[in-house]
Amino acid sequence: MGMTLTEKILARHAGKDRVEPGELILAKVDLALGNDVTSPIAIDAVRRMGVKAVFDREKIALVPDHFAPNKDIKSAEQMKKMREFAREYGIVNYFEVGRMGIEHVLLPDEGLVVPGDLVIGADSHTCTYGALCAFSTGVGSTDLAAAMISGEVWLKVPSSLRIVLTGKPGKWVEGKDVILHIIGKIGVDGALYQAMEYAGDGLSSLPMAWRFTMSNMAIEAGAKNGIFPFDGITRAYADARAKRKYEVVAADKDAGYAAEMSVDLSSLEPQVAFPHLPSNTRPLSRVGNVPIDQVVVGSCTNGRIEDLRSAAAVIRGRKVHDGVRMLIFPATQEIYLQAMREGLMETFVVAGAAFSTPTCGPCLGGHMGVLAKGERAIATTNRNFVGRMGHPESEVYLANPAIAAASAVLGRIGGPDELGL
Amino acid sequence: MILNGRAWKYGDDVDTDVIIPARYLNTSDPAELAKHCMEDIDGNYASGVSAGDFIVAGKNFGCGSSREHAPIAIKASGARAVIAGSFARIFYRNAFNMGLPIIEAPQAVDGIDSGDVLAVDMENGILRNETKKREYGIATVPPFMRELVAAGGLLNYMAGRRKGK
Repeated sequence: MGMTLTEKILARHAGKDRVEPGELILAKVDLALGNDVTSPIAIDAVRRMGVKAVFDREKIALVPDHFAPNKDIKSAEQMKKMREFAREYGIVNYFEVGRMGIEHVLLPDEGLVVPGDLVIGADSHTCTYGALCAFSTGVGSTDLAAAMISGEVWLKVPSSLRIVLTGKPGKWVEGKDVILHIIGKIGVDGALYQAMEYAGDGLSSLPMAWRFTMSNMAIEAGAKNGIFPFDGITRAYADARAKRKYEVVAADKDAGYAAEMSVDLSSLEPQVAFPHLPSNTRPLSRVGNVPIDQVVVGSCTNGRIEDLRSAAAVIRGRKVHDGVRMLIFPATQEIYLQAMREGLMETFVVAGAAFSTPTCGPCLGGHMGVLAKGERAIATTNRNFVGRMGHPESEVYLANPAIAAASAVLGRIGGPDELGL
Repeated sequence: MILNGRAWKYGDDVDTDVIIPARYLNTSDPAELAKHCMEDIDGNYASGVSAGDFIVAGKNFGCGSSREHAPIAIKASGARAVIAGSFARIFYRNAFNMGLPIIEAPQAVDGIDSGDVLAVDMENGILRNETKKREYGIATVPPFMRELVAAGGLLNYMAGRRKGK
């Protein structure tokens, strides 16, 4: 029997001809990353081990993004620890505030992740790079420490869930809606320990930005990774950005899958995930009257230029509702600049929205948009757990950027069609 | 070795944001994290837990973020182990990498209530609910994971391999 995309990439990095689901392997990593929440624990571990040099100064990325710019004294200390470690150990890919971005948007855009790679990161949304036909998965700080020292990671080869996409999505339906629909169908542990592998002719209508969103939220179905096949869309993105040569990997025709499901993109409506699980989804037409206090557009899930364009197209010439705060977070400095050049920043500010420097801040209730008791937000982020964006009695609804923007105008959850768009 | 303690029972999909809310992630100090462990799901846990107690939950325990602060907070809170129907994968590996015993026991957790006294025999794979007088088999750990534990965690295991080269 042949191998899936995930099995092929894992076999290559373990120096094996083939691997089987369930097998434990020791694999070489092409990139290991950490952020300001997770790397301090890894850094302490590396120092405690007495290790004076990392395995490869170019294959580690350290990105302060969660509580950056420093939100308080404690987080300032964490980021100082990261900065000093990066300097002392000569970490090439350390990104300072002002030159940084949200890690999972920044690293592929910088060309540091390329197709066929094996990437681990001490952040659960490291699975984002599956969009590039790479294997990437989230691990803990101890795993990051071990990888920084040895360049290796232990992994259990996952079985794969094949998801066949057909048809073309309708108006206002984006990658976010496809992945929310899938999570709503299979549940937050529907792909536990598994790889999600996409296939089908529907792929041709999914731009890279949407693929990143879909791979990003694989973890929200419990998956180890969410991977797309390499095609012309991947090539166009990778060739414009890759800082290394890459090798194209394809699944074998006779690869074995644990299960298969299909999604007809043309049948989907925009989706909204209700509190307090990403799987608690409803099509927009069945949302009802849900007034909101805050709208967040941004994050590693939906902070790309395409996402800002989508939200701006809805809000242009309109005003944010009196009772609503709208916050926009471009994911990287490059996207921030692009949004400025395209006039998107002006569109948002004129509409009455706040436009921020890149940070993960509000997505995890860290800073820059924390919710009070009883407040409700619609966000383009990835999680709506209890207390995720602030007070344990606040609520988060997840949606795509166009729906979030329309809701900002309406003062309640709704779609652009209600604005005559 | 047999572990004895009381159960603190929770439902399915206990996520890392309720195990340790992100607003406390500006530190990795175990004692500080332990003060806020389970805070958003159970305000009584951190002050009421006794050393040796168990956290017991349904399926997909530890879903969400990769924060190692979650198993660190649980361990520092005094809980001896987590018993659940199933575990989210990053939490599972983090717990192993840092030495928090976790026990998959889907057939046992439904019958356990908060306050039940449990006895867990890790070597022989037996979980006994002393309060309800019931006994269950529990999954034993794969050989590689046992090696990790024997070496004293992932970093020591890696150090051993490096020296061997």
